Amino acid sequence: MSVDKDTVRRIAKLARLAVPESRLEPMASELNGIFQWVEMLGEVNVEGVPAMTSVVAQKLKWRKDQVTDGNQADALMINAPGGEDHFFVVPKVVE
Amino acid sequence: MSDLISMTLAEARDAIRAKKFSSRELTGAFVSAIEKARPLNAFITEAGEQALTMADAADKRIAAGQIGALEGLPLAIKDLFCTKGVRTTAASKILGNFVPSYESTVTQNLWDAGAVMLGKTNLDEFAMGSSNETSAFGNVINPWRAKNSNVNLVPGGSSGGSSAAVAADLCLAATGTDTGGSIRQPAAVTGRVGLKPTYGRCSRFGVVAFASSLDQAGPMTKTVKDAAIMLKTMASVDAKDSTSVDIEVPDYEKLLEGGIKGLRVGIPKEYRIDGVPAEINALWTKGADWLKAQGAEIVEVSLPHTKYALPTYYIVAPAEASSNLARYDGVKFGYRAEGVRDITDLYEKSRGQGFGAEVQRRILIGTYVLSAGYYDAYYSRAQKLRTLIKRDFEQAFEKCDVLLTPTTPGPAFGVGAKTSDPLEMYLQDVFTVTVNLVGLPGISVPAGLSENGLPLGLQLIGQAFDEATLLRVALAVETAADFKHSPAKWWSV
Repeated sequence: MSVDKDTVRRIAKLARLAVPESRLEPMASELNGIFQWVEMLGEVNVEGVPAMTSVVAQKLKWRKDQVTDGNQADALMINAPGGEDHFFVVPKVVE
Repeated sequence: MSDLISMTLAEARDAIRAKKFSSRELTGAFVSAIEKARPLNAFITEAGEQALTMADAADKRIAAGQIGALEGLPLAIKDLFCTKGVRTTAASKILGNFVPSYESTVTQNLWDAGAVMLGKTNLDEFAMGSSNETSAFGNVINPWRAKNSNVNLVPGGSSGGSSAAVAADLCLAATGTDTGGSIRQPAAVTGRVGLKPTYGRCSRFGVVAFASSLDQAGPMTKTVKDAAIMLKTMASVDAKDSTSVDIEVPDYEKLLEGGIKGLRVGIPKEYRIDGVPAEINALWTKGADWLKAQGAEIVEVSLPHTKYALPTYYIVAPAEASSNLARYDGVKFGYRAEGVRDITDLYEKSRGQGFGAEVQRRILIGTYVLSAGYYDAYYSRAQKLRTLIKRDFEQAFEKCDVLLTPTTPGPAFGVGAKTSDPLEMYLQDVFTVTVNLVGLPGISVPAGLSENGLPLGLQLIGQAFDEATLLRVALAVETAADFKHSPAKWWSV
């Protein structure tokens, strides 16, 4: 299967990534090179093979369902590119 | 002062305890070495002043007889570990001004043991690369140069700043992270030791995520013994990382002794790959002979799915990266684009301007393989391949205790030599990615010089949570190789 310019535009939209029009074609060709190489996985019979879910055999840990941290609003705002008081400011989303 | 900075971590530790010099003297020597080595661009953020403050605090503790495992020892930290109050960039424009309000567990463990932070080392952007050429903060230059040459070489990647810093004596040891070879490959091409522990051995809390099922932190050091010392402190069981495994951390340094008599060393025949230079295979054979001479038994083993590891990796890693990097949206932290129309435009432009080319490429690959209609063909198939690759190792380990392979398909290459074709760059990790896919520990040990005078490494792969055996065999390789070479310090003349 081959990736064209429109496919790159579509996945860039899904990824919320602004890819300039001039980069679409070169990106399609780079991705095609990679996907053609990955095609070799198709020759392996994976019938009945379970997909890996964890590299280390262990049960995920459980803990009590209780608050362990909090009241860090000031710390959370330190790196906000548009922050006022304890709010993240974004462009208007409701008309 | 050059004798101070060229010490190993173990030597410096013992000397500080014997009060031969203070942490301030030692730290001061590194701070000035780092300033002189700026042409290498190994550091994104130098923290000289803070380092001296930490050194003074260590000296006070030493005077009071409170001596931690790494008391007063200056280290460099890959700029992927969050450090409270010190900028942490992941070498990306999108995190260019990010100052964490918390500390990663691995670095906290180091400071709790008394270590001193010299600064944050350069890397490939979000650890995506094998040459440290995708950093938004510029290339790192390998301290090594080929015989009779002034050409700048890459230090490997993604932990290229750390590898350069260790090789150039800019720190006693450094931290790295390894998702597909990012500790072992740069260590190999700079003639130093790099250890990727078992998945779950070191906490991932506070380490900027690339591919969560593959990422693992580990030490980059001058010697195998130093790697044992560093791992003991870096590793811990951590409630903040649900994949951190509840197994006690042994004293790796003590367990180094004992030799390798009777140990079975597997040679995987599929690692003989077409196009790999003869000197790499020759060094590999030599390595097997060294271990045999010390009483190990050499056995040939087979890992039949080896050739599928790299393409499997280039589905799994970008898929996980595309979800992990979804958090960078210009809203809560990180870079935000100006002049946007609406919220979607804000996301798209912030990410489009904030991420570099390689990161964008991997986000697109990941989004594609996870998208409706392609998930089964790519992602699901790749996860099945991982199961098959894991079975290969389980079968191999019935016949042997550790595996010996080359670390890289060649020595360090020139800056810009492999940037035009992403696939060619990906092939740098052909010997290293497999262990990430199956979570096993691996270590690279400097083993010799190439024909043109550049370091080459040998890789050992161990069984899960048996870093102790891995380090013992690594010590055997190190002893036999007797690699005493260091780069000429051309940058500080």
